[in-house]
Amino acid sequence: MDLLLLVIGAIFVNNVLLAQYLGNCPFCGVSKKLDTAAGMGLAVIFVAVLASVLTWVAHYFVLVPLDLEYLQTLVFVLLIAALVQLVEIFLKKKSQALYRSLGIYLPLITTNCAVLGIALLNIKHELDFATMLIYATSSAAGFALAIVLFAGVRERLLLSPVPPAMRGTAIALVTAGVMSLAFLGFAGMVE
Amino acid sequence: MTAVRALTHGFWRNLPPFRLVLGLCPALAITTAAEYGLGMGLAVTFVLVFSNALVSLLRRVIPDEVRIASFIVVIATLVVLVELAMKAYFYPLSRTLGIYVPLIVVNCIILGRAEAFASRNPVLVSAADGLGVGLGYTISLIVVGSLREILGAGTWFGRPVFGDGFEPFGFMVKAPGAFLCLGLLLGVMNAWSRRRGEIFVQT
Repeated sequence: MDLLLLVIGAIFVNNVLLAQYLGNCPFCGVSKKLDTAAGMGLAVIFVAVLASVLTWVAHYFVLVPLDLEYLQTLVFVLLIAALVQLVEIFLKKKSQALYRSLGIYLPLITTNCAVLGIALLNIKHELDFATMLIYATSSAAGFALAIVLFAGVRERLLLSPVPPAMRGTAIALVTAGVMSLAFLGFAGMVE
Repeated sequence: MTAVRALTHGFWRNLPPFRLVLGLCPALAITTAAEYGLGMGLAVTFVLVFSNALVSLLRRVIPDEVRIASFIVVIATLVVLVELAMKAYFYPLSRTLGIYVPLIVVNCIILGRAEAFASRNPVLVSAADGLGVGLGYTISLIVVGSLREILGAGTWFGRPVFGDGFEPFGFMVKAPGAFLCLGLLLGVMNAWSRRRGEIFVQT
């Protein structure tokens, strides 16, 4: 039951994008079309889960025993950058189909704060390995859900008469605000 | 391009997060009060000035293929410095800003300026560009923070603005208020640019 609450909490209540404000640059940048948004969402789930495992292991088996917790930021960001590079090379060699759908989003993910944010939150909440895995997966799934829903709204927005000054990012942010308001409605479900 | 011009460009032409739509996450997350905006803005400015200067110093040494990784190492080192200094001297602020301090590493403004400006300009000009963009960002964060704090909590830098009868507009300090506030401010800025005849709309 606790785990179910954790999943619902991470996807809806504390949505990475709309409640914790992580990963907003790709949120505005690649949410103009539904299929690119879905690709970005999948790539983030993939990398965020791998990165969470890697950084969790690095934190508890390397940094803590050596008393180097203050290097957390540096180590995590380097691990994520290296991981993204590796994943890219691996996908290129092994799975052309997956590379073609995820490949172009991978370099962008290095500077996606959602990935580093989830990795840091895992440590901050002092989660054990299994809980961390579930938390990271559902947080990343929450990101994917939000960006796909948002892309759907933005495709409609193209057909509406928006005042010239509000076109582009301005109206996108206001729309995100309305979506965030909708997600705020979930707040009563979980503590 | 002189250092002075690089400095002043940060205040309007390259003003983040409005004109360069980069660095949105902290602009949304920590602007619940003007004071937090100031703290975050100064932290980003510090990192930006030194990362621009260092990247510019090393621009002939760093091979092109690994430049992004090298920039990230430079930036991450500076961010760790800021993190430790903040914990030592501004502990309450560092508690409030939480994970958004380490997340300065992935603030795209810093990597963006390193890549677009510092890697092809001399040291002094790059540092000036960092200072300009950083201060511009600080001002933007203070403006967004002030708006949200005044409307959402009825205070400015912690001091009450309205009389006792004021009912705070709690929506503004919550997540939806952040998006709405930033979006509307961006709209106002676009409208102003259009009146001045600058053709500028973010896509």
